[in-house]
Amino acid sequence: MTAALETRRLAKHFGGIIATNDVSLTVKHGARHALIGPNGAGKTTLINLLTGVLAPSQGSIHLEGKDITGIGRAARVKLGLARTFQVNSLFAEFTPFETLTMTIGERLGIGSQWWRKLRGRPEIEKEAEDLLETFHLVDVGDRPTKSMAYGKQRLLEIAIAFACKPKVMLLDEPAAGVPESESAEIFQALAALPPDVTVLLIEHDMHLVFRFADRITVMVNGAVFAQGAPDQIARDPRVRAVYLGEDA
Amino acid sequence: MISFLRHGIATASESAKRHRWFYEALFWAAIVLAALLFPSQHLLMIEISIIALFALSLDLLLGYAGVVSLGHAAFFGFGAYLAGLLALHGIVREPVLAMLLTGLISGLIGLAASTLVLRGSDLTKIMVTLGLALVFYEIANRLTWLTGGADGMTGIEIAPLLGLFEFDFFGHIGLAYCLVVLFLLFIVARCVVDSPFGWSIKAIRDNPTRASAIGVPTHRRLMAMFALSAAYAGIAGALLTQTTSFVSLSVLHFERSADVLLMLLLGGTGYLYGGLVGAVIFKLLHSWIASLTPEYWQFWIGAFLVAIVLLRRASIRSALASIGERFRPAGHAQGRAR
Repeated sequence: MTAALETRRLAKHFGGIIATNDVSLTVKHGARHALIGPNGAGKTTLINLLTGVLAPSQGSIHLEGKDITGIGRAARVKLGLARTFQVNSLFAEFTPFETLTMTIGERLGIGSQWWRKLRGRPEIEKEAEDLLETFHLVDVGDRPTKSMAYGKQRLLEIAIAFACKPKVMLLDEPAAGVPESESAEIFQALAALPPDVTVLLIEHDMHLVFRFADRITVMVNGAVFAQGAPDQIARDPRVRAVYLGEDA
Repeated sequence: MISFLRHGIATASESAKRHRWFYEALFWAAIVLAALLFPSQHLLMIEISIIALFALSLDLLLGYAGVVSLGHAAFFGFGAYLAGLLALHGIVREPVLAMLLTGLISGLIGLAASTLVLRGSDLTKIMVTLGLALVFYEIANRLTWLTGGADGMTGIEIAPLLGLFEFDFFGHIGLAYCLVVLFLLFIVARCVVDSPFGWSIKAIRDNPTRASAIGVPTHRRLMAMFALSAAYAGIAGALLTQTTSFVSLSVLHFERSADVLLMLLLGGTGYLYGGLVGAVIFKLLHSWIASLTPEYWQFWIGAFLVAIVLLRRASIRSALASIGERFRPAGHAQGRAR
């Protein structure tokens, strides 16, 4: 069986700096795969390579066996690769409901239709309402996004990516900056993602990582440093030294 | 509790929607009424409706796609000259058909131009649009054999509208023609901005990075919107030629690009009526101030604009947004029941 997402000897150089060094990563179908590493380990660069923001210097990226290395950003989404952003990146003027109907419309391939209203399509509005429900956004669904609490905005981040009906979701620090009191909602939302959706989670919060992930990859200096099941990683003395040691 | 909230939102937005329709009907009725009440002013009203359409075309680009253009006269002027050539050489005699063809070709020119404009930062876009308009101006100036150069294109005869209605000296037919075109194109514009395409354009304006991250092909969509805007501008130019039977270099002048931007800023961007309201305000201010101080009317228009912007917080963008908010009866509270 092919992997959901795979990189083969992926590398990215910025001049003399090697941001991503020979990364071969395999994310299995339905996995909850966490990517951790100290600051500057190359996690963000890797996300940018996976989503097509940056072009790799070497190597290739495969989504369900298909080589997507040379494919554009929007086209990767259509193929089933969606992402969230570490820093909220939303449509400030839209309400969550509008954001989601627009996203669903785009996924259904009617994004270039100009002769019919987006609103008033029951199948789309029903799905958007369901998403608001799933992601605890019902009570703010009709408010402009910019007026929403930070935690709700984090939830909308995930809801948008999920509205793309991805096969693989890249979650870039979904709980970043969320106060303790609101993080439970985020954890719930992540736990509620259907098992057939593959998740690659980039996260600093070890609590979230060990609770959520069934496999962990540790990156250091742009390269894969260690890989394995959570308890394996937790016991690995090398990992403790270079990474967990910093926090502990 | 939630269902109660929903219900409240739904009823509020339904009444807002009814109100919106009411105000909109009032707006267009007022225009028709003005046309009936002041038959001696039809030539002025033609002028206003043409620049209103031109401002509407810029609103599609600036207000919805967030692309600032300082050279929108390029497409207006292109349309004006093309309509002139079509009539002058008897290529397409019937005005409506000629107008539609002009719109189509202006749109294609816009599509080609968009590949140059839609790159780099806002400043780059402004400079490229400005440069394009200057290039168009100079081309029209040099190709004397085609455009008449600085003397303008003369001897244009416009055939009767739909083969039935002869354009008259008082502008009665001309005004009816321009208002019908303005109204229909307004309806189309409304349709476009409410459509999935229109929403994706607004999404790109708000956050292009996120838009592409949900699968919106941002560059293609912006190109399409640019082309549409250029088509509208070209049609406005064609209307000017057809109602005046004359084309001068002023259709491509920088002042025309600047004025239309000014009008749109006066009226507010991003709710479609801004260009229409702005054109009326601009023209009325123009004639009022010009009657007081004939030489310095632009000074006062400029001072007025500066005052608006400064009074409405620092940035032009938010100034426009808050002005637009006032004129937009339904506002952001357009609930999902719509």
